[in-house]
Amino acid sequence: MINHHPSTAVLSAFSQAKLDDSIAIIVACHVQMCEVCQQKVASLTEKAANQVFEDDTFTSLDTVDFSDLQLDTMAALNLSPLDQDETSFDFDLPVNMIDEITAISETGLGFDTLEEDGLTPTKNLSHKDGEITLPRALNSIEVLPWQGLGKISRARFEFDDDERRLSLLKIDQGGQIPQHTHTGIEITLLLEGSFEDDMGTYQVGDFIWLDAKHTHSPITQEGCICLTLVSDALHFTQGFTKLLNPLGKLIY
Amino acid sequence: MSTIQPQLASKLSACLHLVAKQKDKKAFTYLFNFFAPKIKRFGLSKFNNEAMANELVQDTMTLVWKKADLFHLNKGAATTWVYTLMRNTCFDTLRKLKNKDDISLSNDIWPSELDEITLENDTFKDHLLNENILKCVDSLPLAQQSVIKGVYYQELTQEQLAKQLNIPLGTVKSRLRLALNKLKQQMGDKYHD
Repeated sequence: MINHHPSTAVLSAFSQAKLDDSIAIIVACHVQMCEVCQQKVASLTEKAANQVFEDDTFTSLDTVDFSDLQLDTMAALNLSPLDQDETSFDFDLPVNMIDEITAISETGLGFDTLEEDGLTPTKNLSHKDGEITLPRALNSIEVLPWQGLGKISRARFEFDDDERRLSLLKIDQGGQIPQHTHTGIEITLLLEGSFEDDMGTYQVGDFIWLDAKHTHSPITQEGCICLTLVSDALHFTQGFTKLLNPLGKLIY
Repeated sequence: MSTIQPQLASKLSACLHLVAKQKDKKAFTYLFNFFAPKIKRFGLSKFNNEAMANELVQDTMTLVWKKADLFHLNKGAATTWVYTLMRNTCFDTLRKLKNKDDISLSNDIWPSELDEITLENDTFKDHLLNENILKCVDSLPLAQQSVIKGVYYQELTQEQLAKQLNIPLGTVKSRLRLALNKLKQQMGDKYHD
């Protein structure tokens, strides 16, 4: 049972493609695992669609200029639209665009590429204790080899999104990450196993978004694999663990 | 918040079905007249560039034309479906501008319902469920059966299958889509997330 979800504000931004790319990816991974959020995203997407397509201000075209589309008018083509009551605009319709698009099937072109953007194959990634099936949103992103330090290993995704780094983090049975804090954000999505920290126990699918206010020291009994998005190196906050600087960099 | 008038909603859906079924140009023109200005407006707000906004109109409406037959898989409104096409196109365009890499991520981030079905098929392991699927597959029209069996049982690529059946790749793809949709209907929502 998933207890930790992205906030409604985050899901709404996700539905509208307003999140930064790497955040959109980790949210998408959670949504794939979480039926509750799938339904929320569906209704938030509908809401966003309504705002863009139904809002009356969008039908006022004073600010929209189609003049560079080398227009013809509907009348010139002798087309009678099904109904003009909601759709009669005071501007020239880019009919040549309509012709271009509808010509695609007439010439038999285009349909072969119909699904060029379709399914990408599921990707499995092996690690030292087995294999994990990656969430779909990671299908097209290259992953670098695992690097390890003690019970902690990390495989970074080659994904460029400013200072944010997207990685898989594997903590072996009984492993722990010393107490630390961040100056930026740390988003964790638990893909396999479980772990606990000062704030509770987490299960597969849990989505945990921490910021600079939080300090925690995750520990796992059974071991776990997480997807993490971290925006700067970890800062260990307890005396001797400052020696763990390499670990902070590893996890980032 | 504004909501769509039920009359307009069903008109838009009807037009999409006409485009899907018979590539009806008048229906498409109606859709174009409704959506194009709004897409352009959306594009202007995202790109702040006229030419790119026009391109978004062209790309999105091309997808509407080509993919209309996928719309009936989608239980939602026509506006929601077109919105997702527009949003995804816009996302990939912005990402290409920013990163100069050529990966289209939007379909992995916001998969369509069809993708969900196919993924489920990938993960079917249950023996009884498999038998159930086999029965459903056997009830499909022959043309669709051969495509499903080629892809899922013989594990041919769609390209290999097109060659083997001597039909265009696009036909393999559309048959596969139709078949998966029928299977989904037959199996009921029981197995659908």
